[in-house]
Amino acid sequence: MAETEEAQVVLRLDSITKTFGALTANDAVSLALREGEVIALLGENGAGKTTLMNILFGQYTADSGTVEVFGRALPPGNPRAALDAGVGMVHQHFTLADNMTVLENVTLGTRSLWSPRMDRAAARARIAKLAADFRLAVDPDARVGTLSVGERQRVEILKALYRDARILILDEPTAVLTPQETEDLFATLRKAVALGLSIVFISHKLHEVMAISDRVLILRHGRLVHEGATRDTDRHALAALMVGSEVTAPRVASGTPGPALLSLVDVGTPDEGAAPGLKSLTLTLRAGQITGLAGVSGNGQAALADLIGGMRAPASGTLALGDTPPARWSPRAAVHGGIARIPEDRHKTGTVADFDLTENAILERYMDAPYSTRGWMHWPQAEAATRGIIDKYDVRCPGPGTRIRLLSGGNMQKLILGRVLEAGPRIILANQPVRGLDIGAVNYVHEQLLAARDGGAAVLLISEDLDEIMALSDVIHVISEGRLSPPFARGSMTPAELGVWMAGHGFEEERAHAS
Amino acid sequence: MIDLIDIILSASFWTAAIRIASPLIFATLGELICERAGVLNLGIEGIMVAGAFAGWMAVYSGLDLWSGVAVAFFVGVCFGLIHSLLTVPFGLSQHVVGLGVTLLATSLTYYAYRLALPEVTTPPKIEAFQPYQVPVLSDIPLIGPALFAQTPLTYLAFALAGVVALVLYRTPLGLALRAAGENPGAVAAQGLSVNGIRMGAVMVGSGLMAVGGAFLTMSAFDSFFFEMVNGRGWICIALVVFGAWKPGKALLGAILFAAFDALQIRMQQTPIGAVIPYQVFLMTPYILSILALVVMSRRAEIPAALMVPWNKGER
Amino acid sequence: MRLEPIAAPSLARTFTPPALALIATVVIASLLAMIAGANPFGVLGLIVKGAAGSTFALLETLNRATPLIFTGLAVAVAFRARLWNIGAEAQLYAGALVVAVLGTGLLGWPSGVLLPALAILAMIAGALVLLVPALLKVRFGVDEVVTTLLLNFIFLLFVSMLLEGPLKDPMGMGWPKSPRLIPEARLPRMVDGLRLHWGFGLALISAVLVWVVQARTTLGYEMRAVGLNREAARFAGIPVNAVLIKTALLSGGLAALAGYSEVAGLKGNLTLDLSPGFGYTGIIVAMLALLNPLAVVAAALFVAGVFVGADSMSRAVGVPTYLADIMLATALLLMVVAILLTRFRVVRE
Repeated sequence: MAETEEAQVVLRLDSITKTFGALTANDAVSLALREGEVIALLGENGAGKTTLMNILFGQYTADSGTVEVFGRALPPGNPRAALDAGVGMVHQHFTLADNMTVLENVTLGTRSLWSPRMDRAAARARIAKLAADFRLAVDPDARVGTLSVGERQRVEILKALYRDARILILDEPTAVLTPQETEDLFATLRKAVALGLSIVFISHKLHEVMAISDRVLILRHGRLVHEGATRDTDRHALAALMVGSEVTAPRVASGTPGPALLSLVDVGTPDEGAAPGLKSLTLTLRAGQITGLAGVSGNGQAALADLIGGMRAPASGTLALGDTPPARWSPRAAVHGGIARIPEDRHKTGTVADFDLTENAILERYMDAPYSTRGWMHWPQAEAATRGIIDKYDVRCPGPGTRIRLLSGGNMQKLILGRVLEAGPRIILANQPVRGLDIGAVNYVHEQLLAARDGGAAVLLISEDLDEIMALSDVIHVISEGRLSPPFARGSMTPAELGVWMAGHGFEEERAHAS
Repeated sequence: MIDLIDIILSASFWTAAIRIASPLIFATLGELICERAGVLNLGIEGIMVAGAFAGWMAVYSGLDLWSGVAVAFFVGVCFGLIHSLLTVPFGLSQHVVGLGVTLLATSLTYYAYRLALPEVTTPPKIEAFQPYQVPVLSDIPLIGPALFAQTPLTYLAFALAGVVALVLYRTPLGLALRAAGENPGAVAAQGLSVNGIRMGAVMVGSGLMAVGGAFLTMSAFDSFFFEMVNGRGWICIALVVFGAWKPGKALLGAILFAAFDALQIRMQQTPIGAVIPYQVFLMTPYILSILALVVMSRRAEIPAALMVPWNKGER
Repeated sequence: MRLEPIAAPSLARTFTPPALALIATVVIASLLAMIAGANPFGVLGLIVKGAAGSTFALLETLNRATPLIFTGLAVAVAFRARLWNIGAEAQLYAGALVVAVLGTGLLGWPSGVLLPALAILAMIAGALVLLVPALLKVRFGVDEVVTTLLLNFIFLLFVSMLLEGPLKDPMGMGWPKSPRLIPEARLPRMVDGLRLHWGFGLALISAVLVWVVQARTTLGYEMRAVGLNREAARFAGIPVNAVLIKTALLSGGLAALAGYSEVAGLKGNLTLDLSPGFGYTGIIVAMLALLNPLAVVAAALFVAGVFVGADSMSRAVGVPTYLADIMLATALLLMVVAILLTRFRVVRE
């Protein structure tokens, strides 16, 4: 479709520049989107994609440059302008109110706040029509909190379409979807394009970009480094452009499996609201091995991480460290049992933002010597240990007395790595260890995990990024609705085959086979 | 036992219960609006004191009664502005600011009272709102006098519960307000101002709290005393929880609570009251409030973003 | 408008906003004094003079500061762990009640045994009063703000009931007050001839001890972690609920010492007007001290000075003494903004 040069330009960003202090987030970025076209915006974390979209949506004001929608310049810094001009955004983190219905979420803000009534009947009819036109089946009276992730995304898209969006911007829309749900999303997007809408698809998943887009634009360090038709390029070329040099897929040697260090047998935990608990799950973590846990977010990963991390005990079944089930299971028991826990959310659960580095470094072990004896803290020892971590793990900071909230995500994660690895753990629970980190920090974390494995630790890597799982893991399990797939050896499965399991297929056959 | 039934079946008991409920309804609705938008307003106690004084003083200085109510509302809005300015755009602790506003409103009121009436020992009276007998309806036995022989401010309180419910559930404004208390990010993504909605809610809610206070001086009594609010504001916060953040349930909760209050007052006059110290009866409303909180704590659906400040930079 | 954190606040950044907050407080107080028809400079001068202008005034301020140090410490300890104890008033009366009941001859021990025993029993009573809301919070998730507030009213009525019943002094000419303490139950003066009892000394010692607990013990570390990020604390293995309960016991005990020191040190018996809101004022003291136990002493002296000075000023020129309460409420609100501005800058977008 892109080849029709005369197709109207619906969205034009012209030489957008935005700086934050010394950092140039966008450096003279220009972009033109034509009617009926899908362009992919590629880039690493921190490449400037989010800043660019925030400027389009008036959240930030650009230092220079203009935004035009359907030939009209948008006033800078006005969040409503882009919406009113027909641009709809589907955020990576949904902006939905869980306690309200689909209808309420979709109609929020569509009528003047001072108009006397909502006219639910008309809204309901319109939602039904849009759902039929775009294949977005969802119950308008369902409370959003009860919907699956895929359904919530449909609500987000409905929200945009309900506002007569002619341009859709999707920020990492497939990060939370199974491969099958991704196909459904693509079907909807193709439908939209056929109806004359235009789409900006922000992603870093190259095969999806190849599958859906007409043109590809790549941002690196705030600059546009590539623009061209999708069919003229391939995944390797795009990857190289994105990172800035020819990337060689990391060659990871397999580990040598040793004895079982942690085993779960028939473990069950109760469901918590929409989050499923574990369903009779059996898992063995072996020394010298990275076990990857693949799966779509919200399928029991949290329950499993909480279990191994000591946040909860199994409701049924057994958990054993080596051969012995622990007498009491708690975070402290897990730490003392030799489990290094890298939490999913380093801001909320991993660190105390207003504590300094020293106070954060001893968070799990403040009760132990040498940091304290008989209830008395020994701060000099704690600070010395923290200095050791700062040096060894290359934590960039003014010093151990710095409040950790002032550190970048990568440096924060390095401190957490130091905290848990310095104790010489036998088991490592790495829950989304590289989420939100820049590529340098990602490599660093992966190297540390591999080194720990080669040193004889058992590693459980939980990630939503299938590429990361496939690159690092010696053994892969898929988790779906709290059930665990059989182990798959490195290289024995294709992403598509794993995707079938991620979508929840295969478990029944497995069960029938076993019995 | 006979006494109890006699009391509950008397029209005067229910008349008193509805009268006691009225200020609680105003203030509970005010707090409910604030909390539905995501802001806990602990300024309620002081704002009620300020409203009680402002409305009464306005009438004492020569304004008519309804202008007095308007003055009280306006004073409440002003304190709501202070509260919301600090808690919404600045995102400061809603606990600390709320208590600070209560202290400020209370002390400013007492200061103003002492300045306005430096010499008096017994506070002067005003011509307060008088009961209005609704024709025909007020002749219904029991409920007639209770519901249809009250002052206009009581009628206003009941009407307001309906209006608040209507606005919250049937208008775009109410939808946006509830969304601000559930997920402010959803509101901001629509280009609406979370801070504007929240500040507006706190100001209007505080205005209603002040009218609740004014009910005490302009309808229930006809004069202003120190300590006259006496913890009613805190009770209203418990009533919001008890009412599960829903106007209808909050209204029922206020009436139920007021009925118990009216009952304990009457029980003091019975033979039982002669044996048990009166303080035990006075304690019951507070104890009931705590019990209500315990019972409702697990069931209620608390607004997801209550007490969570919204910062534009983070999402 | 947006708030942006400042990585390394300059010295000016750290001190200018709080200074401006105090200046603004004084300006507002002056304006209110002018409305009352008084000369603002005269009023402020009289407040300072009334608070610290003579030995008598100074001792009065120290005496008034004593219960405020205790309630300020109680609030600071609790708020640090984000336990919103607004019930220091009730806990204060619990401590006072213990002294009024046991200090009138029921325990016929010598002073050296009786006074520490009463202090410990008072602390236990105060701790128990706060234990109820703390347990309700931990077990049922009931917000402790409302329960502690409501308990203030309940407990005051309870004390009133006792003072008009079993605790009523038969020699009290009908007034609801408790009998006088025996001499062994009275806190001695710190210096002969000066009207300052050992309650003040105990308050200073308490402040130092609380500081030591917070800065040097594992419990203090736990309390701070729980206050700053409950989720991270739980993840790290800190027993959050146990820490909250321990915090409640400590906080309630400290508030009770205010009642202990007022009855055993200053008044010698229990009346319903023992505390003119020391429990609530403790919140202002703690906030002005930024929850630092040592700074609580300074904040309590400042707050007490404002009250004592305003009383004396009011007697002299007739400006209502509530000016003191307004000044403190204003200082509290402006100070929380000022502290924010030392760490964040306001950015217009």
